[in-house]
Order: sequence, then structure tokens, then C-alpha cells
Amino acid sequence: MAVRIQTADFDAGVEMAALRRGNAAVGAVASFVGIVRDVNEGDRVSEMTLEHYPGMTEKSIEAIITQARGRWDVIDAVVVHRVGTLKPTDQIVLVIVASGHRGDAFAACEFIMDYLKTQAPFWKKERTGEGTRWVDARAADDAAAERWKAQGSSSD
Amino acid sequence: MITILYFARLREALGTGREELALPASVANIAGLRAALVSRGGAWTEAFGGPRRIRAAVNQQMADDAAAVHDGDEIAFFPPVTGG
Repeated sequence: MAVRIQTADFDAGVEMAALRRGNAAVGAVASFVGIVRDVNEGDRVSEMTLEHYPGMTEKSIEAIITQARGRWDVIDAVVVHRVGTLKPTDQIVLVIVASGHRGDAFAACEFIMDYLKTQAPFWKKERTGEGTRWVDARAADDAAAERWKAQGSSSD
Repeated sequence: MITILYFARLREALGTGREELALPASVANIAGLRAALVSRGGAWTEAFGGPRRIRAAVNQQMADDAAAVHDGDEIAFFPPVTGG
């Protein structure tokens, strides 16, 4: 398991190759890349700055991966999240899960991302034509995380 | 002493990201600490007594109002998170 918080960009292909290197038990790898969009709440966004809580951020993501491991066949997982100032089209977050089978890889990857959005201490501040503003948490993200509580584990 | 950290919108509103505080005898948990901060007046009353939700963590674990606060703890207050 690896969790990295960094200002530098990442290469999903390099991370994926490293995650499964030499491990013949891996039959499926699922990944998610989040990217900065140029529009939010109807306004053009020219850049955003991400703040985090060093220490707690890493621990909370590690705890989320551990939960995923308890529910699905997760052989290994990596999460990379960028902080600092980013511009539209920049990559912001990467989640990769290696598993024996695709069902577990897809589900665990989505679970980790949904929980990261509601549990990991990051905060976005975006710049629009009007100046800068803190992004508000979205109810839709809470709902996305909440639905995993109602479901059991789904392999296959 | 306890360490209190403030993040994001809250840090800006309060004008500080960190303070060391002698744990008041009246404060046993997060709810008590919130009440102590509200009583400071001004931006503190606005931030901790206002309608915006403020989450808390004790020693880097999410904590609810009933969570105990002990001498030496690292407490954090912050708005709902918006990463990813």
C-alpha cells in the first residue's frame, strides 16, 4: 500500500507498472484519475489551490485502503494526491487497485475514491473571474460514500 | 497544553492556523472546546457559533462532539473536506 501527497504531477502508467510488477496473482488493475475542470458552479475556474492536513491526510487514506481490503480482494493499492496550485486539465488524484479479478478491482477503486472525497482532509480554493473562493462540500459526495454502507461486498 | 490546528476557510476567518492552549478545566470533550472557542467573541463566535458545519479531529482521527480531549492532544477544526 502506498499513499503519497505531493505537488509534482504523476504518471499513471508508471504507477500501475510498479504496483503489479512481478506479481502473477494480479489479474485485474482498475484506476481512477481526477482532473481539474475549467468550470464549477457555472463559473470559469482559472486555477485552484489545494490545502491538506499533513499526517492526518495520509493516515485517513491508509485507513480507507485498509477498509477496502477488508471488503474486497485487494492485492495492493496506491493513492497519489496532489496539493498546491493546479490549473484546468492538470491531474489531481490517482487511485489504482490491483486485484485477482475485475469486480473487486472496480469496486475497491470506486470505494476508495468515494471515501477519500468525504473523509480525507483536503480543501480546494478556486480562482474565478470574481476572485478566490473555498469550494463547498457537495451532498452528492456524501451520498456516494453513504451508499457503500448499505451494500455488502460484491466480488466477481 | 493542547495544540489546536485550523484549516482552510476557518484558518482564514480566524487569522491563525495553530495555537497552543492550556486545557481549561471546564473542557472535557470537543463540545466543551467548541463552547470555549465560541466564548472568545468576534470571528471565533461567528465561526464556531454560526451555521457553517465545522468538523473536528482528535490526534488526527475524525471526532464527534462527545470525543474526549486530554492534555497533550492535537485537536483540529476544519470545514467539510473537498479533496479528490
